[in-house]
Amino acid sequence: MTAAANLLSDPFNLVITGVGGQGNVLASRVLGSMLTQKGYSVTIGETFGASQRGGSVMSHLRISSKGTWSPQIPKGRAHVVVSLEPTEALRVLYEYGNPDVYVLCNTRPVHSIAVISGQFKYPEQDELRQWIRDLSAKAWFLEATGAAMAMGNAIFANIMMIGALSAADILPVDKDTFKDAVSNMMAADKVSVNCDAFARGADMLLAEGISGA
Amino acid sequence: MSELIEGKPGQRYLLMGNQAIARGALEAGVSVAAGYPGTPSSEIIENLAKVADEANMYVEWSSNEKVAAEVAAAASFAGLRSLCVMKQNGVNVASDFLLHLVGGGTRGGMVIVPCDDPGALSSINEGESRHFARMLEIPLLEPGDFQEAKDMVKWAFELSEQIGNLVMLRSVTRLSHASGSVKLGALPENRPRARFRHGGFVLDPQEGAVTSAPVAYKHVLQQEKLEKAESLFEDCPFNTYTGPENPELLVITSSACNLYCREAIEILGVSDRAGLLKLGTTWPLPKKLIRTHLENCSKVLVVEEVIPFLEENLKVLAAELAMEIGPRTIFAKRDKTIPSVGEMNPDYVIAALVKIFDLSYEAAPADYVEKAGLCVMAGAPGRDLTFCPGCPHRASYWTLHNVLALDNRDGFICGDIGCYSLGMRETGYYALKTMHAMGSGTGLASGFGKLDQFGMDQPIVAVSGDSTFFHSVIPALVNAVHYNADITLVVFDNSGTAMTGFQPHPGLEVDAMGHDAPSIDIESVCRAVGAQTTVCDPFDMELTRDILLEKITGKNGVQVLIFKQSCALSPEKKGKPRYEMHLDENICIGENCGCNKLCTRVFKCPGLNWDEKNQHARIDEVICAGCGVCASVCPTGAITKKERA
Repeated sequence: MTAAANLLSDPFNLVITGVGGQGNVLASRVLGSMLTQKGYSVTIGETFGASQRGGSVMSHLRISSKGTWSPQIPKGRAHVVVSLEPTEALRVLYEYGNPDVYVLCNTRPVHSIAVISGQFKYPEQDELRQWIRDLSAKAWFLEATGAAMAMGNAIFANIMMIGALSAADILPVDKDTFKDAVSNMMAADKVSVNCDAFARGADMLLAEGISGA
Repeated sequence: MSELIEGKPGQRYLLMGNQAIARGALEAGVSVAAGYPGTPSSEIIENLAKVADEANMYVEWSSNEKVAAEVAAAASFAGLRSLCVMKQNGVNVASDFLLHLVGGGTRGGMVIVPCDDPGALSSINEGESRHFARMLEIPLLEPGDFQEAKDMVKWAFELSEQIGNLVMLRSVTRLSHASGSVKLGALPENRPRARFRHGGFVLDPQEGAVTSAPVAYKHVLQQEKLEKAESLFEDCPFNTYTGPENPELLVITSSACNLYCREAIEILGVSDRAGLLKLGTTWPLPKKLIRTHLENCSKVLVVEEVIPFLEENLKVLAAELAMEIGPRTIFAKRDKTIPSVGEMNPDYVIAALVKIFDLSYEAAPADYVEKAGLCVMAGAPGRDLTFCPGCPHRASYWTLHNVLALDNRDGFICGDIGCYSLGMRETGYYALKTMHAMGSGTGLASGFGKLDQFGMDQPIVAVSGDSTFFHSVIPALVNAVHYNADITLVVFDNSGTAMTGFQPHPGLEVDAMGHDAPSIDIESVCRAVGAQTTVCDPFDMELTRDILLEKITGKNGVQVLIFKQSCALSPEKKGKPRYEMHLDENICIGENCGCNKLCTRVFKCPGLNWDEKNQHARIDEVICAGCGVCASVCPTGAITKKERA
């Protein structure tokens, strides 16, 4: 276990958001485990159970060198939002956002039944991106689901987004920490493909540029 | 999670609250653990079950919470340490046994862990278990963080053995389902042998028969045990105070609210004005400890969830002490300083402190919040819960809804507890019309089914999941058969306790620990009690519709229809779509078809989308699970299915 390096803020508050079934909980545990290895004290707040069934799912990570924090981030105090679905980013920004927040957003929509049935319209991509840019200090938009499907399974989008986060120079995590963490959490035959997804996510963010879109 | 047993003592690990509780039980040398699945409690038994063989434990998913408490109590009577675990509703189920248990007392340490769900994040109530501790007259412990979630379990077992009675350790969603850093302790080596001693003098608590009678005598003993617990609580290491010696405000809290209070005090920078008394022992309250703190401060804020339990017990103490130390002002739920319903968070505590100290606080700039609010309204359409793509319940409710409409006698469905409770909402076509406790759907149907003598002529249907069937539907079914109620019970048999993560139930050939087990066949049970029983596949919509229509039409006593189709997330199905689905864009003519977008507007499977630009439905290849049901829904045959190789 290495000594915890300085964080941009302590506690550093990160939200991973998405829709039930996108692997949000796994992503937060992988990231939590990576940061624990680095010597940080991590507190994760999750909602699951009923919320899994097509609802919005959110994980709160509190990363600290000082100890345990509330599993719910206080309103307006997120430093980073990782969003597996673009409209979910907006929902989280409304509650936990502030002008200094960074957003990493997977661009693939998941239509809710209100949209499928025609009660509501899903916003246009350009509109959505502009709103997220307006509500953040930096934003990255990544076609993670598309890239994951190219790798054979859309579910890898969650790990790609964690890979992207590792390349954004926000938290001290890298591919080696990731490999250690997933080796403890997953069956051996899944480690290598997840490492590929992680690396692909990091490349995608670097292709967008470190300063965001 | 191998860390649960392989983790090194003295090392820190990131553990979910439920894992921490499970590890605490292992460190306490627990031998038997029993529970019934329910969010947010399920991972405690699940994790113990995984290491049961290695830890020389016996772990089971009992058929319901009362049985779980009885199984755990038997181990205690035989001198072993035992744990029983359930969500808050389960304590209601177990309470009849528990009331008798605590009258007679326990032998080996016995701890009950109810996990409450403030805010009802995964429940249809936010009732809580703490008042049961008062009603049962047993000690109540509440961990205030993840480390305590582990450490207090061991302490709870020791306390149980010191007083010879059951101890309650209450968790909440934000501890059970949150994760934090936990330093592990050592695992014990030795294992006791089980022996139930019953040949001694009838009133001997260790050697005689166990019972709560003679009540007057045993009740006095029980209260003496509680007094002993209170005296131990005075020096309990889990009651902690941080803050100035004479604070302007004393904040008293317990459980996850401890973390919210700590953070609120830090954010507002009032640690020199507000002291935080975090109680790990909340019933009975340690009177001397409370008095010491009340003496130093005239204003108190109580932060807890959900009912004003701590508040009321504290007010009783404050009233008893008032003559000696003077009156105290107590801000809490009854004066609306703290919301009276729902779960807490740091912001509610911030708001309370801001009000009491007359401060100002802005979570984010007002113009940012306003702008974000507008964006959410315009750009984040609501996301109501829905059945998963490929879920058998969508097909089942489609048929149930359509059959009741075809029958046209205002028939209705009594709902029950599980994923299929969502049949109350849009995703289940609002098919369910009542929704209460586990097993209540069939009990209510049994009652409705006898109202024909008062002129009621509506068809009555009850639904039940497979695990719910074993939990509490059987007695209601027996009742309905015996009294010849005209009802149809539909059992949604999706091969596991799906809602809570596929825990096995008595209908499966495997037990909690992964060992082979004899299964109990639902169909045979129904036939044996005298119900006319049919099994069908809800994905075969035409046949299911015909059978159901026939069942609800006549006055035939109790009819049972078992819809057998595994959950889409079950290990045998997940990630293995049965069909390749295809939508022919030339055949789907959208608004111009007489169906009026039946598949997306009405059926609403998340695997289907409406392509606004090109005016036809399409399959979302990321989401579609390949169940093939929508091919039966589309009236023009635009959707087709092809068996995958």
